[in-house]
Amino acid sequence: MSNHYYNAEDLGKFGSIGAYQKELADKFFSWYGEVFKDSALSAKEKSLIALAVAHAVQCPYCIDAYSSDAFEKGWSEAQMMEAVHVAASIKGGAALVHGVQMMNKVKEISM
Amino acid sequence: MKSLQALQHALADAGHQVDILEHQHAFPQFSEKLEKIGLFPLQPRAAEILQVNLGKMCNQVCKHCHVDAGPDRKEIMTRDTMELCLKVLAENPTFVTVDLTGGAPELNPDFRWFVEKIKELDRHIIVRCNLTILLANKRFNDLPVFYKMHGVEVVSSLPFYTQDRTDRQRGDGVFADSIKALQMLNAVGYGLPDTGLQLNLVYNPAGAFLPPSQATLEQEYKTALAKEYGIRFNALYAITNMPISRYLDYLLVSGNYERYMEKLIQAFNPAAARMVMCRNTVSVSWDGYLYDCDFNQMLDLRVSCTDAQHISGFDAKAMAERSIVINQHCYGCTAGAGSSCGGTVAE
Repeated sequence: MSNHYYNAEDLGKFGSIGAYQKELADKFFSWYGEVFKDSALSAKEKSLIALAVAHAVQCPYCIDAYSSDAFEKGWSEAQMMEAVHVAASIKGGAALVHGVQMMNKVKEISM
Repeated sequence: MKSLQALQHALADAGHQVDILEHQHAFPQFSEKLEKIGLFPLQPRAAEILQVNLGKMCNQVCKHCHVDAGPDRKEIMTRDTMELCLKVLAENPTFVTVDLTGGAPELNPDFRWFVEKIKELDRHIIVRCNLTILLANKRFNDLPVFYKMHGVEVVSSLPFYTQDRTDRQRGDGVFADSIKALQMLNAVGYGLPDTGLQLNLVYNPAGAFLPPSQATLEQEYKTALAKEYGIRFNALYAITNMPISRYLDYLLVSGNYERYMEKLIQAFNPAAARMVMCRNTVSVSWDGYLYDCDFNQMLDLRVSCTDAQHISGFDAKAMAERSIVINQHCYGCTAGAGSSCGGTVAE
């Protein structure tokens, strides 16, 4: 068994998941390719969204891939960091808004 | 910043660069890639572009420069060698375009004379102008008018439409001067509709990555430059950085060499390989030697016709029958949408 849960080289092997289930992998990669094409949103805008989501889901492979892709597509370092802040603030907000639930529960059980 | 040559850097030696490209890592051979798609040995088509390097002297020292150009480089083409180029042009009408490059070609003292003589031969002229040369000295301020008089197409590097990325690659203050120079060119009609005066910009990545879509980037450049500075231009050429000279140094020092080469190799595009610029271009060095492209010139990989490697002995038949000299750096021209001095070559 590998000593690491994450290996940078594994990103390049993503396509190999088809070895165990080709049909579903083919469908996924085809859909994935379509999603990131220029359409109602540009490929450049999608790249920045992907970068933010990569941070929200904390996927090291996705962060590597979309840090490169977003920079290559012309987003500046400041814009990329703001996108990360957007992801972080949604994650932070998602935790904090549950504070209302906590307050509701406390109010429910307290005198 | 000094040139690699002035620093007596090991990479100033073309042979050392070739050695790294061939032996540093066991990448698949470029020749094998061509063989698989039936393109090896690579043969030329009709020679349409004579690309002439007027010298390695430049007022800038860009971090990615494949020429290792700079103010400290003294190699410069003489008028005698220019006359040999003119003779070849006169005798070979297939050359419809002359592409003048450097260094900063305008720093050659015979630059204007050469342009006038080429025009007398009724050839289309491209000048690879680095923009800041127009402001480097008063004697260059009238170059836009000179270009206009001779219908010269101006092709200029502007690595990005923001100051930060441009200056990182080309040096502090380059973006601001480039914007002023573009405004000077616009002022005489370059880049404007219906003037016929072509002003094309060149993007190349400021780092170890490939260019994004040329068409998308062109729109972004046009929008940003028009909005911020009122600048107009015709087309944007997205060019891939070749892993040679100063850019090779950057790749090695930053630890990006292997990753970058892998990127180029993974993105190998047969359609781009069929359209590589060396198939319709002949490159002449400042001292008159012949090469398949400007990159081979900097690696000192001369054309394969061993009896006619100098412009003084130009042999059109031997050139047409030659095999193009290739090496591992050629992956740079075949990655993704491909790359040439005129931008991408494949959809």
